[in-house]
Amino acid sequence: MSYLRLLALLPITALLGGCNLVVMAPAGDIAARQRDLILISTGLMLLIIIPVMILTVLFAWRYRQANKDARYDPDWDHSTHLELVIWAAPLLIIICLGAITWMGTHLLDPYRRLDRIAAGRPVTAETKPLDVEVVALNWKWLFIYPEYGIASVNELAAPVDRPINFRITSATVMNSFYIPALAGQIYAMAGMQTRLHAVINRPGDYVGFSANYSGHGFSGMRFGFKGVDQAGFDAWIAENRKAQGKLDRATYMDLAKDSENVPVTRYAEVDPQLFNAVVNMCVEPGRMCMSEMMALDAKGGLGRSGLAMTLPLPTDRLASSLTALGTGKTYVASICTVEEAMAMTRPPAETRRIDPSPVRGLGLSAPNMTPRLPSSLTELFGQRRASNS
Amino acid sequence: MPDVSHLAKLIFGRLTWDSIPIHEPILIATFAAVLLGGIGLLGALTYFRLWGYLWREWFTTVDHKKIGIMYMVLGIIMLLRGFADAVMMRLQQAMAFNGSEGYLNAHHYDQIFTAHGVIMIFFVAMPLVTGLMNYVVPLQIGARDVSFPFLNNFSFWMTTAGAALVMASLFIGEFAQTGWLAYPPLSGIQFSPGVGVDYYIWALQVAGVGTTLSGINLICTIVKMRAPGMGMMKMPVFTWTSLCTNVLIVATFPVLTAVLTLLTLDRYVGTNFFTNDLGGNPMMYVNLIWIWGHPEVYILILPAFGIFSEVVSTFSGKRLFGYTSMVYATVVITILSYLVWLHHFFTMGSGASVNSFFGITTMIISIPTGAKIFNWLFTMYRGRIRFELPMMWTLAFMLTFVIGGMTGVLLAVPPADFVLHNSLFLVAHFHNVIIGGVLYGLFAGIIFWWPKAFGFKLDEFWGKISFWFWVIGFWIAFMPLYVLGLMGVTRRMRVFDDPSLQIWFIIAGIGAAMVAVGILAFLIQIGVSIWRREELKETTGDPWNGRTLEWATSSPPPAYNFAFTPVIRDNDAWADMKKNHYQRPVEGFRDIHMPRNTPTGVILAGLSAVLGFAMIWYMWWLAALSFVAIIAVAIHHTFNYARDYYIPLDEVVATEEARTKLLSTARA
Repeated sequence: MSYLRLLALLPITALLGGCNLVVMAPAGDIAARQRDLILISTGLMLLIIIPVMILTVLFAWRYRQANKDARYDPDWDHSTHLELVIWAAPLLIIICLGAITWMGTHLLDPYRRLDRIAAGRPVTAETKPLDVEVVALNWKWLFIYPEYGIASVNELAAPVDRPINFRITSATVMNSFYIPALAGQIYAMAGMQTRLHAVINRPGDYVGFSANYSGHGFSGMRFGFKGVDQAGFDAWIAENRKAQGKLDRATYMDLAKDSENVPVTRYAEVDPQLFNAVVNMCVEPGRMCMSEMMALDAKGGLGRSGLAMTLPLPTDRLASSLTALGTGKTYVASICTVEEAMAMTRPPAETRRIDPSPVRGLGLSAPNMTPRLPSSLTELFGQRRASNS
Repeated sequence: MPDVSHLAKLIFGRLTWDSIPIHEPILIATFAAVLLGGIGLLGALTYFRLWGYLWREWFTTVDHKKIGIMYMVLGIIMLLRGFADAVMMRLQQAMAFNGSEGYLNAHHYDQIFTAHGVIMIFFVAMPLVTGLMNYVVPLQIGARDVSFPFLNNFSFWMTTAGAALVMASLFIGEFAQTGWLAYPPLSGIQFSPGVGVDYYIWALQVAGVGTTLSGINLICTIVKMRAPGMGMMKMPVFTWTSLCTNVLIVATFPVLTAVLTLLTLDRYVGTNFFTNDLGGNPMMYVNLIWIWGHPEVYILILPAFGIFSEVVSTFSGKRLFGYTSMVYATVVITILSYLVWLHHFFTMGSGASVNSFFGITTMIISIPTGAKIFNWLFTMYRGRIRFELPMMWTLAFMLTFVIGGMTGVLLAVPPADFVLHNSLFLVAHFHNVIIGGVLYGLFAGIIFWWPKAFGFKLDEFWGKISFWFWVIGFWIAFMPLYVLGLMGVTRRMRVFDDPSLQIWFIIAGIGAAMVAVGILAFLIQIGVSIWRREELKETTGDPWNGRTLEWATSSPPPAYNFAFTPVIRDNDAWADMKKNHYQRPVEGFRDIHMPRNTPTGVILAGLSAVLGFAMIWYMWWLAALSFVAIIAVAIHHTFNYARDYYIPLDEVVATEEARTKLLSTARA
C-alpha cells in the first residue's frame, strides 16, 4: 500500500525535479539567507500544524456517531489546564518565531550594508562595492553604473562575490525591483529612492523583473541579470563602452516614453547627474528639483512669491493628465540648474558605516558606535545610557 | 457640426459610441447572452405576473429574513461573474507560452484580474457574509427584526447598486486596470485617464454606504435587542463574531470612503494627494487602503469562524469547548487586526524595526486563531459527530485553513516576504484562507441554515458532489501556485517566456475546472432541492438537533420570528430549553407590532447608481439632478408616518395553530 502511495507521488516529484525553484535554490547570499528563514519558520510552524491536522482526522474518526465505544460527554466544555495549553503552545512558537523575525529582519534589511559575501567570508575594508542606479520606466529597466559612466537598458551584470549597492527609483508608477536568484525585492517609487544591498555568489544568467503590476506592458518588463567573473565583467563593461550614444537628458526623455518588450540597449556614456535628476523629478529642463524645493522650504519657503513659480504644463503634456474640473496641471519652475541644485543640497547620505560585528539585539548597535547627541539634546535628555552589549 | 458634438458632450459627457466595446468578441457574446437571458427572465416575470409580488413581498421588504435571502442571491449571482473572470485568467495564463499572446490583450486581461478581486471581495464575500448575519443574528438573539428595518433594506439596495455599476462597466466603457486596490499613481488621472478607475471608485463608494449602514444596524441590533436573560457572555458565538465583524466594518469602512474620496478629488479636480509630483504621496494611499484592507479580511473570516463554531457544536452534539476563550480570541483578533496593515508592503522600504513590529503583531494574531482551532478540535473530542454536509465543510476548513494560516505567518516574516511578496505564492496563500476559510464557512452556513429559511433541507447527493469537487479542485488549483511562487513567478502576468512553467498553469486550470463543476453542482443542488422540496420537508423547525434560539421557531419562521420573546438562561439557549422540557406556549397571543414595507430604499439606491454613473461619464447635469433627487427623496421619507402596523391577533393565532398541527404530525 505504501509503495503504491509513493508511486502516486512520483509524477509530482518528477515535476518538481524538472522545475527551477529559484527561491529555494538562489545564487546570492542574501537570497540564500532569506530562503533559510523560510525553511526555519516553516519547520517551526509545522511543529504545531502537523499535530493539529492529525488530531483533526483522529478526533473526527474516533468520535463519529457510529462509534458507540467512544466516550460521549455532551456537557464537557471547559478545562482550565487544556485551555492553558492551547493558548501557550501557539504562544511559544510565536515567541521563537518573533525572535527569529526580529533578528532576521534587521540582519537582512535591504538598507543594511553587507557584512559578508557568504558564510565565513566577511566583507573587508578593501572591498569596493559596485554601485548601480536603477530606474523603473514604462515598461523597462534602466541601469546606470556611475563608477564606469555607462548605462544599459534591460540588462544588468555584476561580478561574482562583489557586494552590489543598488539605489532604486521610478520615473513612472510604482514597480518592484526583484531578481529572485540574487535577493528579495524592494519597491521602486517615483520621487523616492530605495536601496538594496546584495551579492551574487555563483556565475550564471538569471532573470529579474518588476514584481508589482505597473500597467499594460508589465509582463514584458523583464531583464537579464548576468553574474560573471571579473574578466567577464570587464568584457561586459567594454562592450557597453563600444556602444554608440550618450544617455543625456534628451535621450533619457525619449527613453522614458512608453514602450514594451524593449531589447537590450547600451549607452557608452551617461550624464553623471541623471539619476539624481530622476529621483528629484527634474530631468525635464526648467523643472525645479525636489531637493531644491525642500532646501527652499527648509529655509522658510518663498512665501506668496513662490506661487509665481507654478506654471501651467505645456499643452502637449496636458492631454494625459487633465482633470475634468479644476484648474489643470501645473509644475514648479526651477531657479537654478540641476547642478547648482545638487551642489546646494547635500548628496544622499551614505548609510551607516560598515559594521561586521554580529547583531546583538536592541537597536543592534555595537559598542562605541552610537552617534553622539548634540549637546543641547544631551542637556535635555541626559546622557544616553551605555549599551549593555 | 461642431454644435452637435458640443451638445452631445453636454448631455452624454464622455460617453460616445466608441465607449461600447463592439471590437471585443468575448464581450459582445457575453452581452448577447445577458441580453437574451435578461429578456427571457423579464418576460417570464411578466408572463407569470410576478412583478407585483416581487415588488410588494421582496424589493420593498424590511423583513431581515427576506433581505438576508436577497443578499445571498446577489452574492451567488456575482460569484458566477467573479468565477468567470477566474476561469478566463487561468485559461490565458495556461495558453500564453512560447511566444503566444494568449487570447486576451493587456487592456482586457488587466480589467479581468482587477474585476475578479473587486467582485469576489465586495460583491460575493461581503453580501454572502452580510446576508447570513442579517438572516441569523436577529433569530439567534430572539429579536423580531433588526434595530432599523428600513436602513437594512436601503443597505441592501446600495450594495446592489454598487454591483450594478461594476456590471455596467462590462458593456459600457471599461473597468479599472489597476489591480483590486487601485494603487496610485497608476490609478491617478495621469496613468489611468479612462473611466475604469471611476467605475471602481463609484461602485465601491455606493456599496460602501450600504455596508457601513448595515454594520451600524447590526451592532445596534446585537447590543440593544437581545432577548431577556441573554447577557453578552450568553450570546451564541456566531452573534459574537457578527458583533466583532460589524464593529470592524463601522471602524474601517469610513477609512476606505475617505481614501477613495481623496483619490476622487485627485482624478476630478486635480488635487495632488497621491500624485508623483507637487507634494503628492502615493504611499499614503497604500497605507490608508490597507488600514481598511487588513481588517476587511477579518470582517470576512470572523463570521465564518462563528459559523464553524455553531456547526461543530451542533453536529458533535456537544457544548462548544472553551466558549469564553473563543469570545476573547474573537475580540483579540478584532483589536489586533488594526495593528498589522503594514505587512502588505514590507517591501516599501520601511526600516527594519517598523517591519519587525508589524511582522510580529501579525504573528500574534495566529495565537488566538490557533486557540480557536484547538477549541473546535476539543469540541469534537468526546462528541457524537454526525457527518452531515455542514460538518464536512467544517472539517475540510480545519485541514485547509491551517495550511493557509501557516503560509500567512510565513509571509509575515519580512525577509521571507521580500522573496515571496506579490508572487503566486502570495496569491495561493490568500485564496487558501479566503476559499478554505470564508467560502467553506459560507457553504457550511448556507447548508446549515437553508432548512430554517425555506422549510426543507438541501439535497445531500448533489451537496456531496459539490463538496468534493470544490475541495479537491481547490487543492489542485492552488497548490501549483505555491510551487510557481517558489519558482519566482510574480502575479498579474499576462504572458510568460519560461516554458517549464506551463505545466503548472495547466494543472491549476484543471483545478479551476473542477471548482467550476463544484459551483455547478451547488446550483443543481439548490434546483433539485426545490424540485424535491416535499420529500425534503422539515416540519419541526429543528432539523439538526440545534442548540441556539433560531431553531426554536418554525421553518421558515413567521414574519414576527417569535410570538413570545423567549427568556434565556444558558448560552446554548435552545438546547437548554429542550433539556428542561420546554413547552411551546399555545395561547395568550397578542397583536404584534411590526415595521411596514417601503420603496424608499430601492428609489434612493437607484438614484445613487444614476449619480455614480453620471459622475463616471462626466454628465454633470444628471449628477446634479440625481443628487438633488436623493436629498429630496430622503427628506420626503422623513415625513413617512405610515411606517409600522400590527399583525392582527387572528393571524398570529392562525399561524401558531398551523405550527402546532405541523409539530404534532411530525411527532406522530
